[in-house]
Amino acid sequence: MKVKVLSRNPDDYVRETKYDIQRVPRNYDPTLNPFEVPREYTRAMNATKLERVLAKPFLASLDGHRDAVNCMAKHSTSLSTLLSGACDGEVKVWNLTKHNCVRTIQAHEGFVRGMVVRFCGTSFYSIGDDKTIKQWNMEAPGYGVEEEPINTILGKTVFTGLDHHQKNGTFATCGQTVDIWDEQRSTPIRSFSWGVESFSSVRFNPVETELLASCASDRSIVLYDMRESMPLKKVIMTMRSNTLSWNPMEAFYFTCANEDYNLYTYDMRYLEKPVTVHMDHVSAVLDVDYSPTGREFVSASFDKSIRIFPKENRNSREVYHTKRMQHVVCVKWSADNKYVMSGSDEMNIRLWKANAAEKLGVLSHREKLAANYNQKLKEKFQYHPKVKRIARHRHLPKHIFTEAKEHTVMREARRRKYVNNVRKHSKPGAVPMLSEREKHVVAVVK
Amino acid sequence: MASAEVALKHTHVEKKKKVSERYWQGSGEEKKDEAPGGSHVPGDQPAPLGSQTNQQTRASEKKKKYKAAERHGKKAITRKPDPFPGSAPVPEEKRLKFRRKMKIDQLPQYLTKLRRVVASSQAESEITEKESARHDQLLLQEDAGFLEGDEDEDTCTISQEDIADAVDITAGAKYFNLNLSQFGPYRLDYSKTGRQLLLGGRRGHVACLDWQTKQLLCEINVMETVNDVKWLHSEAMYAVAQKKWLYIYDSSGIELHCIRKFNDVLRMQFLPYHFLLATASATGFLQYLDVSVGKEVAAVGTKAGRLDVMCQNPQNAIIHLGHSNGTVTLWSPNQKEAIVKMLCHHGGVRSVAVDKTGTYMVTSGMDKKLKVFDLRSFKPFQSYFLPAGASSLALSHRGLLSAATGDIVQVYRDVWNTPVKKPYMAHKVHGAVWGLHFCPYEDVLGVGHGEGFTSMLVPGAGEPNFDGLDSNPYRSAKQRQEWEVKALLEKIQPDLISLDPGKLSQVDYATFKQKHQDKVKVLGYDPLARDKFKPRMRKKGRSSTGGVIRRKNQVAHEDKREIIITTLKEKAESAKERKKNNNGQTSAVRSALDRFKKRAAP
Repeated sequence: MKVKVLSRNPDDYVRETKYDIQRVPRNYDPTLNPFEVPREYTRAMNATKLERVLAKPFLASLDGHRDAVNCMAKHSTSLSTLLSGACDGEVKVWNLTKHNCVRTIQAHEGFVRGMVVRFCGTSFYSIGDDKTIKQWNMEAPGYGVEEEPINTILGKTVFTGLDHHQKNGTFATCGQTVDIWDEQRSTPIRSFSWGVESFSSVRFNPVETELLASCASDRSIVLYDMRESMPLKKVIMTMRSNTLSWNPMEAFYFTCANEDYNLYTYDMRYLEKPVTVHMDHVSAVLDVDYSPTGREFVSASFDKSIRIFPKENRNSREVYHTKRMQHVVCVKWSADNKYVMSGSDEMNIRLWKANAAEKLGVLSHREKLAANYNQKLKEKFQYHPKVKRIARHRHLPKHIFTEAKEHTVMREARRRKYVNNVRKHSKPGAVPMLSEREKHVVAVVK
Repeated sequence: MASAEVALKHTHVEKKKKVSERYWQGSGEEKKDEAPGGSHVPGDQPAPLGSQTNQQTRASEKKKKYKAAERHGKKAITRKPDPFPGSAPVPEEKRLKFRRKMKIDQLPQYLTKLRRVVASSQAESEITEKESARHDQLLLQEDAGFLEGDEDEDTCTISQEDIADAVDITAGAKYFNLNLSQFGPYRLDYSKTGRQLLLGGRRGHVACLDWQTKQLLCEINVMETVNDVKWLHSEAMYAVAQKKWLYIYDSSGIELHCIRKFNDVLRMQFLPYHFLLATASATGFLQYLDVSVGKEVAAVGTKAGRLDVMCQNPQNAIIHLGHSNGTVTLWSPNQKEAIVKMLCHHGGVRSVAVDKTGTYMVTSGMDKKLKVFDLRSFKPFQSYFLPAGASSLALSHRGLLSAATGDIVQVYRDVWNTPVKKPYMAHKVHGAVWGLHFCPYEDVLGVGHGEGFTSMLVPGAGEPNFDGLDSNPYRSAKQRQEWEVKALLEKIQPDLISLDPGKLSQVDYATFKQKHQDKVKVLGYDPLARDKFKPRMRKKGRSSTGGVIRRKNQVAHEDKREIIITTLKEKAESAKERKKNNNGQTSAVRSALDRFKKRAAP
C-alpha cells in the first residue's frame, strides 16, 4: 500500500514573526475563483460609485480683485504663478500653491483686455482699453519703488487680444486689425485686415510658430501666415466666435468658442466643416483652453459653468459650477495637466482639479495600483447601463438643467420642421439633409 | 634586508621559466636587443620565426572555425550557449485550464471596430493565461494525496486504521470518531476554509468545533428538532433549521436571530459570493435570505411538495432541487419557474451533488440508480446500479464521489469519464448515514450518522493548493476581517444569478432584427409597418362602393408592381453575379445534385 494524505506544514503558510507581512499563497485556478465576471462587475460598479463620491473638484477661490476678472495668463516657466487682469485695469500675480496674491499693478485705465507672458518668463505684456501695450517685468520692484512698465506702446485703436510668439521677440495684437509687433519697435511690422471688421482674439500656433488664427466680429475665423502679407483663408460661420485655442499636440486642430452655445473643433486644412461640434453649454461660450496633452479642453461659458470636453467627443465629460460663480469669462488649463483655473464676473478666480475624483498629493505604491485597477475596471464596464448611468450623472443648477431640456426640445422641433415641412415639400434633392457639422459653416474664403 | 631583496629578485626570475610572449617580440631587431642583455636561458627562448608561424596558424584556424560556425548558422561566442533559451514553455493543456471563453469568431464581420477591441483584449488575456499557467506549473507548493494498493489488493479493502497508521501523525489524527449516540443522527457542515466543523443532531444537539485541534467552540441544545445546519460566510455565524423557524447563532452559541419568515426549513445552502442563504422547506418553498442585510430576497413556491433534496452549483449559484417524482429542477432567485426541469429517476430523487467545475451533476434515486449528468447539455453521462441505493452523495474538490448506502460510505473515483466497476474506498460506520461532507482543502470526509460523527481519511479528495485571497485555512483574525470587508464590498447582487455567469462580459450585439422583434413584442404592434391604405370618403356620390374598391385596387396594384420590379431587378443582378462567378471557376466543388443538371449541348 502506498498512501499520501495532504498534510501541510503550517510554517509554510504562516508568517514567522509578527513583523513580517502575511503570506498569501495564490492559486489562479478558475474553479477556485468562480464568478469572476460578476465580481469584476461589482468592483467596477463600486469603483464608479466611489469616483462620484470622491469627486470634489473645487480647490480654492482666489479673491482680491475689485472688479470682474477679464483675462488670465499662465506663466511660461513657473507652474505656481498665474496672472489675472480685471475690468478696472488692475493686474494681479497669484501664487497658486499658497493661494495668495503676490503682486498688484494698476496697469491700465479701463479694462485689461489681454495678457501674455513672454516665452522666457521674465516679463509679460498687457493691453487695455486705454489703447496701450505695456511690458512689465516679472520680478516685483524693490520696496518703495513704484511699479513702472519696462515699455509702453501707444496704439491708434483699442486692442482686444494679445498673444506672443513661441520663440521670437514678436507678438500679435488684434483690434481693428491684426498687428504683428517687434518687441524693439513701437509700430507694428505687419498689419492684416480682410474687409471691415474687428477682432476679438488672436492666437499663435504652438507648433507652426509663424501661423496665427483670429476670431473676427463678422462671424469669421481668419488664418494668417506671419511671413506673408495677406491672410491665408477664413471660414465664415453662422454666429460669431469669441476665442479659439490651438491643440498643442496636434497643432492643425483648433477649437473655437462660439456665441451659439457650441464649440467647434476645426482642422486647419479642411475648414469646410468642423471635425467635431461640442454642444452642452446653454449660453454663449466665452473662452476655451486646451490641456497640455491635447486630449481635452476646458470651456467657460456665460451660463455660469465650465465644462471639460474630450477633444473628439460631442458632449462634455465634466461640468463645474458653484452657487456663487457668475458668468465665467476666462479659463486656463494648468501646464501640469492637473488643474483648471477660471475667472468669473464676481471678481474671483477659482482653482479646480482637472480630474474631479483624483487624489492629490503623493500616492503610495498600493494606492497607485488600486487607482489603476479601478480605472481599468471602469473602462471595461463603461457601457453597462447601470455603470454608465452612475458615471454620467452630474448635478446641474436648475437654470442649466431646464435650459438644456428646452434646447433639446427646440432642436428637435427645428429638425422636425426641416424634415417634415421644408424638405418633404421641396423638389427631391433641392434641400439636402445636413448633418450637425455642416449646418454651422456659411462659407470658406481663400 | 638587501640580501633578501636580491634573493627575492632572483627567485622571481627563476620562477618564470617560460617567458610570455610580448608584442615587441614579433620584430627581429628588438629581439636582438633583448637577447644579449637578458638573463634568459637560451634553450628556453622561443624562436621568433617559429612563434610567428605558430601565431599565424592559430589565427587562421580560429578564422576557419569561426567561418564554419557561421556557415552552420551559429554565432561564434566563446561562452557556452544556453541550451534552453527564453522562459520555460508551458504545455497547451496547462494553459487550457485558464482559458476564458471569448471568441472573436462569434462576432459578425461587419463589427470591425468591436472585433478589433475584442482581439486586443483577447491578446491581453492570453498573456495572463500564460502567466497563470506558469505560476501553476512552478509555484504551487503542495501535491495531491493518493492511495495505491499492492498487487491484487483493492484499495477499497484498506481500512481507515491502516491508512491512519501509515501516514504521519498530524494526518493520522484526522481520522477520528465522535461517539454521540444520544442526540443523533447528525447533519454536518464544514466552513469555507475547512477549519471549523458544525454538527447538528436531529434531537437538538448543535456543536461547532475546530476539528483539527479538536477544540470545542460551542455546544448547545436547542431543545427542538434540528433539520439542517450551515455555516454562513465566516466561522462567526451559522444557521440552524429547527422544527419551526430558522435560527442564526454565533460561534459562541448565542442566538442572534430567529427568522420567522422561514418556516419548516429542511435543507439549506449558502451561496458565499452572493451572501445568500437558500432554504428549502417542507411546504415546498425555496427562499433566499441575504445574510449581509438580513432581508428575504426571493421566495419561490416550487409547487413540488416537500423539498428535502438540495444542492448548489458552485460555479453559477443555481440551486438544484430533487423531487419525489424523479425530477431535478434548477432554480435561480430571479425566476418564479424552474430554469430547467430534468427527469432523472424512476421514483423519487434521494440525493443530488454538483461538482466544483459545475459541469457534472450526480444524482441517486429510489430506483437504486446513481446517475451522472452533463450540465452543459443536460444529458446523462453514466448510470450505475447500486444494490442498496445511495441515500446521500457528496463530491470533493478533486472530483471524488462519496455515496452513503445504509451504514456504509463508499468513495468512487472518476465517475463521469469511465464506467467505474468498484469503489475507491469504503468504510462502515455505526448507524445510518445522515450527512456527508468533504472537508475543503483536506483529504477528509465527514460522515454524520446515528451514533455520532466520523472523520474519514480519503487520500486525493482535497484540493492541495488553496487560494489565499479566497479562503485561507491559515488566516489570522486580522486577515479574516480584511477578507470579510473585501468580500462584502464585492457581494454579487442576486439578480446576476443565471445559468452562465460569464454572460455579463460577452458582447451584446443585438442585431437590428432581434431588436425590432423585441420592440414588436413589447409594444404589441410593429412600429415600422406601413399602415394600410384607407380610401378617403368622398362626398357627393363619388364614393360609391365600386369606386372605393377600384381606388383600393389601384394602390394595391401599384405596391405589387413595385415589389415585382425590385425582385426582378435583384434576380437579374444575382444571375449576373452567378454567371460571373461561374466563368471564373468552372469546375468548382460538385454537389450531389449536380448530376441532375442539364448538360450543355456538345
